[in-house]
Amino acid sequence: MKWTRRDLLIGLGGLPILGAVWWAGAATSVGSRKKRSEILEQLNIRPSLPPAVPGIGGDPVKIGVIGFGIRGEQLTRALGFATDQWKEEMRLAAEEDPNNKRLEDFEAQEPLNVKLVGICDVFDVRAEQFINSFSTDANKIKRYLTYKDMIRSGDVDAVVIATPDHWHAPMSIEALNNNVHVYVEKPMTHTVGETYVLREAAEKSDAVFAVGHQHRQTLSFGTARDIVEKGTLGHVSLIQTNTNRNDDNGAWNYDIHEKASPETIDWEQFLGTAPKVPFNKNHFFRWRKWWAYGSGLSGDLLTHDYDRLNCVLNMGIPAAVSASGGIYTHNDGRNVPDVIQVNMEFPDFTTGSSQSKGKEKGMTFCYSATLGNGFNRPTILMGHDATMELGNKLTVWPDGASTRYADMLESEKMRPNVPIYQYDPAATATDAVSSATSQYFADKGLMWTYIDGVRVDSTFLHMREWLSVIKNGGKVSCGINEGFDEAISAHMAGLSWKLGRKIEWDAASQMLKQIEGVDFDQVLLANENWNIQPEMVG
Amino acid sequence: MNRNQNKLKASVTLLRIFIGWHFLFEGVVKMYNPEWTSFGYLATAQGPFKWFFTMLIGDATIGWVDTLNIIALMVVGVTFTLGVFERIGAIVGIGLLALYFFAHPPFPGLTQINVEGSYWIINKNVIELVACIVIYQLPTGAYFGLDHLRKNKLKTQEQ
Repeated sequence: MKWTRRDLLIGLGGLPILGAVWWAGAATSVGSRKKRSEILEQLNIRPSLPPAVPGIGGDPVKIGVIGFGIRGEQLTRALGFATDQWKEEMRLAAEEDPNNKRLEDFEAQEPLNVKLVGICDVFDVRAEQFINSFSTDANKIKRYLTYKDMIRSGDVDAVVIATPDHWHAPMSIEALNNNVHVYVEKPMTHTVGETYVLREAAEKSDAVFAVGHQHRQTLSFGTARDIVEKGTLGHVSLIQTNTNRNDDNGAWNYDIHEKASPETIDWEQFLGTAPKVPFNKNHFFRWRKWWAYGSGLSGDLLTHDYDRLNCVLNMGIPAAVSASGGIYTHNDGRNVPDVIQVNMEFPDFTTGSSQSKGKEKGMTFCYSATLGNGFNRPTILMGHDATMELGNKLTVWPDGASTRYADMLESEKMRPNVPIYQYDPAATATDAVSSATSQYFADKGLMWTYIDGVRVDSTFLHMREWLSVIKNGGKVSCGINEGFDEAISAHMAGLSWKLGRKIEWDAASQMLKQIEGVDFDQVLLANENWNIQPEMVG
Repeated sequence: MNRNQNKLKASVTLLRIFIGWHFLFEGVVKMYNPEWTSFGYLATAQGPFKWFFTMLIGDATIGWVDTLNIIALMVVGVTFTLGVFERIGAIVGIGLLALYFFAHPPFPGLTQINVEGSYWIINKNVIELVACIVIYQLPTGAYFGLDHLRKNKLKTQEQ
């Protein structure tokens, strides 16, 4: 056999093509990986590890639940107890959409060493539902008609408080004074004055006090902290956080229960210190819409965004807050705004600087919210060197005019529109989110976090941490100091909106700067329609 | 007739080499990137065979799926560019493209994720699949490729 040169040319002609394509493919892959590892090496960011909490050993923690509404049910599920009704709803939801894994996730949740012993809810239907769902022959759950009865009964070690805002502080203080541990929903107080009284009670008490900012358990926030501390972003001068909702649930127009009546609801107790008004179902189920019981966007949703950032930056209480907005999307008789812009000033705060000393200092935290549009505006931290989007995922883009990355931008190893770092603990998980409101919370890292690619309810982690500290000592991640920062900042925003002027904080005296002739707490509690003409209210 | 035959062979050869080029590059890029995974592509699968693709993303299977995908891409790439065992390559290519097609079929009513261009039922994957059928039917390795040497060797022995 003999091959001519022509045969060889025809036969082996494909080889150079194969070689060229192979080389090009390998060079592309290896080259971009090398470029990336060079960037990552320079950034040196450490993804945070799941929190390790000591076990909750010994006798089960005896828990009483105060308030078994929407949030109360969620908190009770985080403790490991779901009503049959919810399980059935979730079973049907999973049948309809196999991606709906809420029941599966709940059943996979690690059991906590707790025992539900009591319920206190002013609405008979809810108290009965609690007892019917969780009371067993071995563990008879008791209904208490008042929170004081429950706290002073000696039968509860700890209480979970998920009531309207105006009850948070009185109940927490009562519990702490009786050395009963407290897990209270945010905002932890309803007035400025209460905030100080509660802080004192928490400091004096032997009981563990935790505020329900469950996102402190979100894994990505630990990584975000590392990113900021390493100077990745440079000096952050502006933070933009937002609330965008456009549905009835998101605007707090919750369902009104058919069995609600003056006979089934202890209306006097619901009102407490609030102005005396006749029985009103709308007020009872949709209390977030009135300053008498709730605190609107500033107390309800701004607090989430503020604390998320306070958890990453530890920036504390702003020196000044100014807010504006109005009731523009749901003119339904509410007196809390549904559109609000809050600017918080931190003139002395810095996340570090890559430029000449003293050039950069100070930051504005800007919260912008509407209940009339659902477009997702992400949380953005804007630094001289880079921009970070903060949520369950993190993305960092270099800034085109960065000092720190000037060389890498010059050599085109970095480009302003290409992320230099991305952190996505959910990269190996598929999610299904059931509603617009839960999508809103999920994007912000408020509903769950990911541990080894598995979705874990962050409220569960937050509860577990609180219970572990009760048993083993230590520090909760959102205790009285974090709660104090959050409550004062939220009240400053509410006051600024109500008064239409700047509210300032004096860090030295730890007090709000007084405005002559204005009683802040009176303003906060004032329940008339401050900016709305009565004839406009529908 | 003979001239037309040659023109056809030249065209199919070009088609074969370019498809080989495409597959080979895809395979090599993935092979040299240890972090690459088909997880995202499979996890977002849609259409009537969604259940099948979702099944592949388990912890135990995904590694195998990724490796087999790279091997299959390389088999098509190497056989097509070199012009040898191209009918085997064509069958592998048809299978692979059918999987890609059915994971994200451009059927009416389904959302198209990460695609450039607009498609209705037929997309580039299925066109490339048909091109692989052509290559199966008209092998050109003997016209331009390693098969030429193999065939010549046989001829030499026959003489």
